[in-house]
Amino acid sequence: MSADTYAWAPGFVAGDRPRIVTSRFEYEDSYTLERYLATGGYEGLRAALGRNAADVHEQVRSSTLLGRGGAGFPAGIKWGLTPEGVFPRYLVVNGDESEPGTYKDRLLMERDPHQLIEGCLIACYAAGLSQCFLYIRGEMALAQERVGAALNEAYAAGYVGRNICGTEFSVDIVLHWGAGAYVVGEETALIESLEGNRGMPRLKPPFFPAAIGLYGQPTIVNNVETLANLPFIAANGAEAYTAIGTETSPGTRMVAVSGHVKRPGVYEIINGTTTFRDLLYGEEFCGGIRDDNELKAFVPGGGSAPWFLPDQLDLPFEGRQVGAAGSMLGSGAIMVMDSTTDIPAAALTLTRFYAHESCGKCVPCREGGTWLMRILERIVAGDGTTDDLDLLLEVGGSICPGDMPHAASAELGLEATPFPYKMTTICFVGPSAYVPVHSALTLFRSEFESRVTPVRPRVRIPVAAAGGGA
Amino acid sequence: MARLTPDNTTLAHEIIARYPKPKSALIPLLHLAQEQDGYVTDEAMRHIAELVGVTPAEVRGTGTFYEMFQFEPVGRYLINICGTMSCALMGADDLMHAAEETLGVHAGGTTDDGMFTLHRAECQAACTEAPCLQVNYRYRFRATPDDVRTLIDDLRAGRLDGEIPPHGTLARTRQHIPADRGVGAVDPDDVAGPPAWVTVDADTSQGAS
Amino acid sequence: MSPNDDAVNEPTDATDDAGSSGDKAVMVDDAVADADTVDSEPVVEPDPDAVTITINGREVSARRGELVISAAERNDAYIPRFCYHPRMSSVGMCRQCLVEIDTGRGPMLQPSCMVPVSDGMVVDTESDTSKRAQEGILELLLANHPLDCPVCDKGGECPLQDQAFSHGPGESRYVEEKRHYEKPIPISDLVFLDRERCILCDRCTRFADEVAGDALIHFMDRGNATQVNTYPDEPFSSYFSGNTVQICPVGALTASPYRFKARPWDLEQVESTCTTCSVGCRTSVHSSRDRVLRFQGLDVSDDHGEAVNHGWLCDRGRFNFESIHADTRLGEPLVRTDAGLTATTWSSAMSITADLLGSALAAGSDSVGIIGGARGTNEDALAWARLADACGVGRRDAQVGDGIPAEILDLPRASVDDACAAATIVLIGPDLKQELPVLHLRLRAAVESGRTKVIEFTPTGSGLTAGAWRSQQYVPGALVETVRQSLSDSDVAAQLAAGPVVVVAGRPNLAEQGPAVLDAVEAVVAAAPQATVLPVLRRGNVIGALEAGLAPVSGDTDAILRAAADGQIKVLVLLGADPLRDHPDAQLARRALAGAERVISIDGHMSSSSRAADVVLPAAVMGEKSGTTTNIEGRTTPVEQKVTVHGTARPDWMIALELAQRLGHDLGVSDLNDLTAAVPHAARHRSDRVPAASAMPPSNYELRLIVSRTLYDAAVLTAASPSLAELAAGPGLSVHPADLEALGVSSGDDIRVVGPRGSVVMPACADDRLRRGTVWAAFNQVDPRGVHGDIREVIDASAVANDVRLEVVS
Repeated sequence: MSADTYAWAPGFVAGDRPRIVTSRFEYEDSYTLERYLATGGYEGLRAALGRNAADVHEQVRSSTLLGRGGAGFPAGIKWGLTPEGVFPRYLVVNGDESEPGTYKDRLLMERDPHQLIEGCLIACYAAGLSQCFLYIRGEMALAQERVGAALNEAYAAGYVGRNICGTEFSVDIVLHWGAGAYVVGEETALIESLEGNRGMPRLKPPFFPAAIGLYGQPTIVNNVETLANLPFIAANGAEAYTAIGTETSPGTRMVAVSGHVKRPGVYEIINGTTTFRDLLYGEEFCGGIRDDNELKAFVPGGGSAPWFLPDQLDLPFEGRQVGAAGSMLGSGAIMVMDSTTDIPAAALTLTRFYAHESCGKCVPCREGGTWLMRILERIVAGDGTTDDLDLLLEVGGSICPGDMPHAASAELGLEATPFPYKMTTICFVGPSAYVPVHSALTLFRSEFESRVTPVRPRVRIPVAAAGGGA
Repeated sequence: MARLTPDNTTLAHEIIARYPKPKSALIPLLHLAQEQDGYVTDEAMRHIAELVGVTPAEVRGTGTFYEMFQFEPVGRYLINICGTMSCALMGADDLMHAAEETLGVHAGGTTDDGMFTLHRAECQAACTEAPCLQVNYRYRFRATPDDVRTLIDDLRAGRLDGEIPPHGTLARTRQHIPADRGVGAVDPDDVAGPPAWVTVDADTSQGAS
Repeated sequence: MSPNDDAVNEPTDATDDAGSSGDKAVMVDDAVADADTVDSEPVVEPDPDAVTITINGREVSARRGELVISAAERNDAYIPRFCYHPRMSSVGMCRQCLVEIDTGRGPMLQPSCMVPVSDGMVVDTESDTSKRAQEGILELLLANHPLDCPVCDKGGECPLQDQAFSHGPGESRYVEEKRHYEKPIPISDLVFLDRERCILCDRCTRFADEVAGDALIHFMDRGNATQVNTYPDEPFSSYFSGNTVQICPVGALTASPYRFKARPWDLEQVESTCTTCSVGCRTSVHSSRDRVLRFQGLDVSDDHGEAVNHGWLCDRGRFNFESIHADTRLGEPLVRTDAGLTATTWSSAMSITADLLGSALAAGSDSVGIIGGARGTNEDALAWARLADACGVGRRDAQVGDGIPAEILDLPRASVDDACAAATIVLIGPDLKQELPVLHLRLRAAVESGRTKVIEFTPTGSGLTAGAWRSQQYVPGALVETVRQSLSDSDVAAQLAAGPVVVVAGRPNLAEQGPAVLDAVEAVVAAAPQATVLPVLRRGNVIGALEAGLAPVSGDTDAILRAAADGQIKVLVLLGADPLRDHPDAQLARRALAGAERVISIDGHMSSSSRAADVVLPAAVMGEKSGTTTNIEGRTTPVEQKVTVHGTARPDWMIALELAQRLGHDLGVSDLNDLTAAVPHAARHRSDRVPAASAMPPSNYELRLIVSRTLYDAAVLTAASPSLAELAAGPGLSVHPADLEALGVSSGDDIRVVGPRGSVVMPACADDRLRRGTVWAAFNQVDPRGVHGDIREVIDASAVANDVRLEVVS
């Protein structure tokens, strides 16, 4: 094992770069209060408590800290969207990390729970949030254990609860476990789930959680990694933060690279400058494709993201450029497919995921996702027809009408269509079932065509004749 | 045993009190019921309905949405083998075949001795460590078919009892908010003003629900 | 159809377009109608809330806050929909109503049921993108739908079928296997669920949770496997379950009384009013082949934009149409001979009746008593009131000893909408959920919205207790003191001063005198002088009958029965009244019917009292006669004849007019139209009321008795409706668990209820919602085996309140 990996942090690769949120990962006991305090822990909170809340909020705003959950919205601006004078307001921590390919929040919770707790406290202080609910994905037993233990320590030491650090600042952090539902990672579904309901997304607009959220109150929903950056910003100032990364994407960012690379892992990278080629081939990152195979395609931003080809390797890991090139960065997850990959089968694993995770609220997602999956299953099993390929696009068109984003391909003579897509659903789960189908079919149609047999007679059921109407 | 035990009922009340609205405790209480009995019984759901003040249909409606809750008995060990993209690319099918062969059940099945239930699972957030699996939500990373066979042997022999509790138990350390340190639930029906440490917009602070 | 057609939404087109439902335009109308309402508020210009929007290229005016889907519909741009229902919150989940909406940032596909109009908004319901989305959704909705339309009750009036026709893609490309479920499953005694047909629109589940407050059906499981279901062994036993059948946009929910009874295109319908209770829910009566087959709720607003029932009905009102064709119907006049009640001709029966009345009147007008009239129309009541006036009969009462003094109607009246808009509702009366269920729904909605606070005075608790701001459980006999005491509380006084107050007043306890309620209401009105009153007397047209002149002139029902028992009544006329079953004091009623020289019963069904009568005249029932009815608000609405009368039955008014003729009186009216024109509004009532007795004398019986109605009981129309008859719980006495334990009796054991009058045996049931020292029994419950007795046997109507004690049955 190389020197910058640690047995207690599986998957994490330290590298020789400035690190903000993974700075304690080299310590085996990084999750204890003792280690946390010995390494500058709760200094950011103390610094924040020494100023008034509005100043701390302004500091976060000027740091341009971007949300790490997928949408990339600036945290400081999000905090400011609460309607004036409406209280109480809540903080909901989104620790329901489930996007295929993504592996970072779990590591942050398991390895440095106090950093997250400190981040929550700074957010509550700065944005005037009266109670914090820390929602951890149900399947993450160790993260629940570590955060629970850390909270117990922090309460006992006076860092959480009543009169924190002897000030007027008082806030409870309530640990809450989910129970297995990807869609709950969507912030309005997360709120539904936290209210004890089925985790079905609410329509927004008209109501964003910042205005009408948990119990109908203004609610800030922040991702774990986002909050984990706050202690650094509070302790070192916004300038120290913006000194790292680029102007539009400051700081660092955790990226998980998985699939057919030599050294899959979780890397804290400098935001905005690192290219995909660096990540996949650079020696301090993945070190190339496994067995030195050719790269066939990669998913640049979690399972929901349209696929990229080797053509896009020189793009930086930066939201705007990736969007213009036809995909998105999402939650910081790259999945790599080498030349041996069975593309229709790979697409099926993602479509099946999103069909399985549909909450069932919107018809296009509930019915369309499963339909896409069934057709793909037939194709992968060798029972597809040429008609099925068009049908996939037609069914997908009922979820995402209009142009779908996709990457450029020199070989196919394709220009890029930029992100995003139109959708007939409330949230992104439905379109996400179609995205891999569309990417795979657009970029690798020949692989499908070689799998299907020519048209068999299609069953046509005139709808009107089936009813009693005509 | 079906309703929550007296101890668990006490714990349930403690959990409910953390939330501004009792229904928020529904999922934590379903976990508690599953920890108690290994799965969520009908009687436990009725009890939870009473505790949080909703109908049993609402409890079941919420519970069945989340796939971790089991409403029929499952094995002492629930083995979830991930089959989403990264794991699929790295050989998840081989793990599943090894598990099916070793256990003698197909995905979805439970062994006759009630020791194991095998499920095909979706992404477990360990994609860089593919292929991975979980036993009662404890990870096994970069697993091989041999690892799966060894794991099943070890579980059967009780060699992992210390590490892996029976199905239903998640974190073994629970949060406890000490009475003298906790702030208590902030209920929008009771609180309308800004928190004490916020002074800047205090003058415009009235008018909450 | 009624004169106020313009304010009425047609629930289906069956009446007007029977046989032409293949026409596309009709199908679209059908789908529109499924929403069960239209925006019927009159458009008054200029409207300060008016905004201008563009729909399909046309500039139209809409109201701020109005949803795009509704503004478009008013402007002839119908947008297809399934989950949207104007009387429930929008959820935007079926996605069928997606249209392109441009608010300045370019056209975006948005669910028109979720987006309120804004000035300058441009809506295109017919753009390629809108149409593509709508067609796509319909294809997806049909993917797993079984398309078993030929054997589906909804076929022909099905929004899915109709909108597939009008907005669908024309063909399905789905060749995968469809979802399969056991079909259909009973989810209650009245409702079946076919999960294969279900499109998961959340209408039924939303109704159950949001409107009815009975979240007994719910989405279960997730994603493609989502289904609606109940908790195992916990049926959807809501009093309002039938509404879910009506609002289901497919044939997933069906009601057992209607299943496989008719094809929608064979149904004829007419707008009418439910007279099961006094709320006056607007209905549509559907029949085929001269049989009434179902009632549907109508959402109708009056000229002031006020609606009664928002389209909802209770199950009792919805399903008691079965009683119209019940075996117990009376089809020919009967007179008592040595062989018992024997059929005769109308002329003979009328001649006998006139002779009996004539000779009784000759002995003095006080020797005739008339009880009832609340089950008929205003015209029926008016004809009988005029007959009574002409004959000088003052002993008359439309209530059967189970109401409160008619003077309650002299207080300033509130409407249901007034109550729902009030800052405070003071409830002194029965559990509305049991007696006036749809009023309960309306008030519940007001409470849930947070704009209205309820202060209730109840001996038992009620369906509104959980949401009440103050719920005062009083001891029967101490109502007025309890109310006065409560009014002296400064918080209560502040609340009453905080805005409009509506007092909802009725009889909380049939084992306690009614006049106390009036005293209590007057105490509230004295404390809140602007308060208005919503009188919740229960019987169908009781308000109309009292106002038409069947309020007591000299002696109410209790007094009439006492006089009869004392032998002072020669002819007792029962107008659809059954005192033997309905009067709280069973012994008094028995003595009265035995003591009256002759009893003439005019009724639609053979009742206990008609069985004891000397002459029985068969009356037309609701559905068989036209006229008007007046509800608790004083709102007069039409009831319409839909089917031919049973046998030779006649409406009450016709009987009165003929009797008048035979007795030589001119009532000044000669037909139904005359009567309708003469129906009075807001008549004044007598003022010789009996003051409420002040104090309850001490007794040797330690438990105070409370008797009130539950929705399902042995009332004639309910008992004559097979689907409902089984739902009555039967006799039983609820006792506080501690009191029960003190007796050493377990829940379910028989106990003897002993009062000064006598005793009855019935099962006991522990109920910790009761105050200790009080016991409760449901009114009018019958044990068909005759093992358990009738609680009315221990009620003394003349007592301030009634006390009992319990004895263990050995």
